[in-house]
Amino acid sequence: MLNAKIPDGPLEHKWASYRSRTPLVNPSNKRNLEIVVVGAGLAGASAAASLAELGYRVKCFCFQDSARRAHSIAAQGGINAAKNYQNDGDSVYRLFYDTIKGGDYRAREANVYRLAEVSANIIDQCVAQGVPFAREYGGYLSNRSFGGTQVQRTFYAAGQTGQQLLLGAYSALQRQVGTGSVQMYSRHEMLDIVMIDGKCRGIIARDLITGKLERHFGHAVLLCTGGYGNVFYLSTNAMGSNVTAAWKAHKRGAWFANPCYTQIHPTCIPVSGDHQSKLTLMSESLRNDGRIWVPKKKDDNRKPGEIPEEERDYYLERRYPAFGNLVPRDVASRAAKERCDAGYGVGASRMAVYLDFTFNMKRYGTVEANKQGLRDPSEEEIMRMGKAVVAEKYGNLFDMYKQITGEDPYEVPMRIYPAVHYTMGGLWVDYNLMTNVPGLYALGEANFSDHGANRLGASALMQGLADGYFVIPYTIGNYLSGEIRTPSISTGEQAFADAENNVRDGLDRLTGIGGNQTVDHFHKRLGKIMWDKCGMARNREGLGSAIGEIQSLREEFWKDLRIPGTQHELNPELEKAARVADFLELGELMCHDALHRDESCGGHFREEFQTEEGEALRNDEQFAYVAAWGMNGKNWDLHREDLKFDNIKIAQRSYK
Amino acid sequence: MNITIKVWRQKSNTSPGEFKMYSLSDVSPDMSFLEMFDVLNEQLVRKGEDPVAFDHDCREGICGMCSMVINGQPHGPLRGVTTCQLHMRSFNDGDTIVVEPWRAAAFPVLKDLIVDRTGFDRIMSTGGFVSVNTGNAQDANTLLVPKPDADEAFGAAACIGCGACVAACKNASAMLFVAAKVSQLALLPQGKVEAKSRAERMVAQMDDEGFGNCTNTYACEAECPKEISVEHIARMNREYLKAKLG
Repeated sequence: MLNAKIPDGPLEHKWASYRSRTPLVNPSNKRNLEIVVVGAGLAGASAAASLAELGYRVKCFCFQDSARRAHSIAAQGGINAAKNYQNDGDSVYRLFYDTIKGGDYRAREANVYRLAEVSANIIDQCVAQGVPFAREYGGYLSNRSFGGTQVQRTFYAAGQTGQQLLLGAYSALQRQVGTGSVQMYSRHEMLDIVMIDGKCRGIIARDLITGKLERHFGHAVLLCTGGYGNVFYLSTNAMGSNVTAAWKAHKRGAWFANPCYTQIHPTCIPVSGDHQSKLTLMSESLRNDGRIWVPKKKDDNRKPGEIPEEERDYYLERRYPAFGNLVPRDVASRAAKERCDAGYGVGASRMAVYLDFTFNMKRYGTVEANKQGLRDPSEEEIMRMGKAVVAEKYGNLFDMYKQITGEDPYEVPMRIYPAVHYTMGGLWVDYNLMTNVPGLYALGEANFSDHGANRLGASALMQGLADGYFVIPYTIGNYLSGEIRTPSISTGEQAFADAENNVRDGLDRLTGIGGNQTVDHFHKRLGKIMWDKCGMARNREGLGSAIGEIQSLREEFWKDLRIPGTQHELNPELEKAARVADFLELGELMCHDALHRDESCGGHFREEFQTEEGEALRNDEQFAYVAAWGMNGKNWDLHREDLKFDNIKIAQRSYK
Repeated sequence: MNITIKVWRQKSNTSPGEFKMYSLSDVSPDMSFLEMFDVLNEQLVRKGEDPVAFDHDCREGICGMCSMVINGQPHGPLRGVTTCQLHMRSFNDGDTIVVEPWRAAAFPVLKDLIVDRTGFDRIMSTGGFVSVNTGNAQDANTLLVPKPDADEAFGAAACIGCGACVAACKNASAMLFVAAKVSQLALLPQGKVEAKSRAERMVAQMDDEGFGNCTNTYACEAECPKEISVEHIARMNREYLKAKLG
C-alpha cells in the first residue's frame, strides 16, 4: 500500500493546515538550494518563475528553442476556475465534485480539492500578469461552458487560451532569467536523472545544437515534461512531445501510475491520408456553440445542407439529454465511434461526424441584431452578424480548419472524429507532488494525480498552473528544509560520470545500428498497434497480442534502424529515435496496465465491461485504486494506492 | 503532384551553405508543407544522406517554431498562415519551390533551415512582463479593462514570436515583435506602472542584439502569420517617446 502523505483533517481544511504546518526554508538558505526544472510549459515555467521569486537557484531546461514554445501553447478552449462570477451556482466543492465524477472516480480526493481551491488564484495571477482574457462590455471577465459541467466557469482568450497563459508564465520566467535567478537552457533535452545515496541529485542533459552531454546538479529535480500521447504516433501533441524524461526517471525507480488512462478527444479534424504527421484539435468549447449530428440513414451520400432536420440524429442530445453536447470527452468520443462503426459516419472515409454551428450563428445573430436595434433584419443579416460573433470567439479555430481541410466551416458543418489528446497517467506522486524517488517531483501532465481516468476540458491548464504557481512553492519546502545542510554536490562525482556514460552509450547504440528503416517507420507501426488495440476500445485478446507485437517491433527497431550522422552534432533524427525507443517500452506498459484493469472507467474502455447501454462499467470493489508500476528488470511490479471517497458518494457516472 | 525543391543546406554555423535541388513525386495536395519535408527526409535517410534540418513542433500554427522563407516570403504565399499550416494545394504540379532559412544577422543559422532566435528571449527578459510575484494578485474582477482595450491587447498578444517580421524586413528589424509586447502591456492597466522602463529597456536590448532599424515599409505586417498590426509600432514609438521625454 502506497502512502500518499495526505494531511489529516476534514477535506476543506487539509491544504490550509498543511500550509500552516509545513516546514519553511529561510531566505538565506534558499539562496544555497538549487532546483532543476525540466520542461517550460505551464507547469515548468510557472514553477521555475515562482521558485526563483522565492529565492531558490533555478535551472530550467526545454528542448524547444525557447520556453515560449512548449505545447501548452496549443491549448485552445480555456481554463476552469471556481470563481462563480456567473452567479450560476459554482463553488469549490462543485468544481471538485465535477472533476472527481468526470474522472470516473479514479482520482485522489485531497489533490482534486486542493486544485479546486487554488483555481481562483490562478485567474487572479494571470490577469495581474497582463493575460488578455476575453471580457464583456462592462470590462468584466467573460466565461464559457465546457464539457462535464453545468455551470459556466471557463475563462478564455478566443481559441488561444493556452497561448496566452503560457506567454504569461513565460514572461514571469523571463523576468527571473533577466535577474539571473533562473538559468535557462533551451534546445537541451534531459536524458537521465542522477541518483546519489537514494536521492535524485541532478540530470544529464544533451545540448541539442552541439550534441554535448552536460551534468547539472540540483537539490531537487522537477519533471514538468507533459504527456505521452505521441506513443500513438498520431495525436494532437506537438511533434516533439515525448515521454523520455518521465521514462528515464521510471527506469531509475520512479513509479509510473495508470499509464493506460489516455484521453481521446472527440472533436479533431479527421485523418486525411498516410502522409499525416499529426492531428489537430477543434476546441471542446465549440461543442458548446455547435451541435453534433449524423444522418439517420446509413451511408447517406447527401450533402449536409440537403439533409432535412427530421432526418438528422443529434445522438448526444438523444442519449444524454441532461448534458447533451457537453458530455465529457470520453463519453462523446465513444458515442462518435459507435455511430461511425454502425455505418452512420460522414465524409469520404465515413469516419467522421458533423459539428454544426448554423443554429448558434442564427441565435447569436438575432441577439446581436437586437443589441444594435435592427428592426426586421433579414435572414442574411442575421447570419452575417452571427458569423461575426462566432469569428470573435473561435476565429482562429475556424481558420485553422479551413487551412487544413480546404472547406469553410462558416458555410458547411465541420467534419470531426476523435483523436489522442492527453494522458491522465504519469509519474506517481504523493500530495507533495514528489514521486517515490526522494527529491524527484512531477508536475502538470507529467504526473498522474488529478484527473482520474478522464480529464474534463479546461482542467489541464488549471492543473499545470496550480502545480507550478501554488502547490510546489509550498510543498518543496517540506523536502528542502531537510536539505539545508547539504552543500552543492560536485558534478565530478562518480554517479554523474556513470549516468553520462550510460547516456552516451545509449546514443551510440542508436547511431550504430546501421539498419535500413527510418525512425518514423517504426513510430507509425507502434502507433497503429496502440490505436487499434489500446485506443478508444480495448479487450483482453487485443491487448495480449499488442504486447507481443510491441516486443517484436522493439527488437526489429534495435536491429534495423538507420540514423544518419552522430551524436556530436545537431541531429533531429537521433532526437526522434531516442524518444521512440522510450515509447516502444512505454507502449508495452500501457497495454500491460490496460490488461490488468478488468473494468472500464473513463478513457479506459474494456469492451468486456460495459453496461447494456454501452457505458463504461466500473468495478469499484476490485479496482478503486491507482496502479503504480515499478520497473523490475524486464517486468513491472504493481504498487496499489487505494482510493478512498469520504466526501463524495461513488456512483455509476450518469450524464443522462 | 511533382515538386522540385531548391533548399538551403548548411552543415553548421561556421560552414558555408549552398542550395541543393531535390525532386519529389506523388506529393498529395492535402499534405502540409512540412509533411512534404517529412517525405523528403524519409527518402534522404533511406539513401544514407543527411536529412534537411528544420524547426517545427506544434504543427498547428501557434508555437512559432516553424520558420521557412518559401519563394522569398517568410511562411510562404498565404496571408496569415504559418509554414506548418501551409498545404501543398497552394502550389501547382511541376513547381520549383525555393526554401531558405530566416536571413538576419541577429538570427544566425545553426543548421540548414534552423536559426538561433534566442535574441527574442533576451529582449523579453529585459521588460516583456509585469513585475508581479506569484501570490500578489488581487481578485481578477477588481481590475476592469474596457473590452476594446482588452481586444486590442489580445491582438498584440497573439504574436507567436516566430521572427517572420525580422525575416521579411530589409533591415532585419524586430520592431513588430517588440512593439507587440510593449503595446499589449501599455494597453492594460496592469502594465502601465512599468510602461516607460519597459519601452526603453526592450528597445535598447533589441539594438544590442543587432536587429536593424525600422523604416516603415510594413513588410513585417504583410508577412506576419498572425497579422499583427503596425499600429502597435506606432504605440510603442509613443511609449518610447514618453519615456525619453518624461
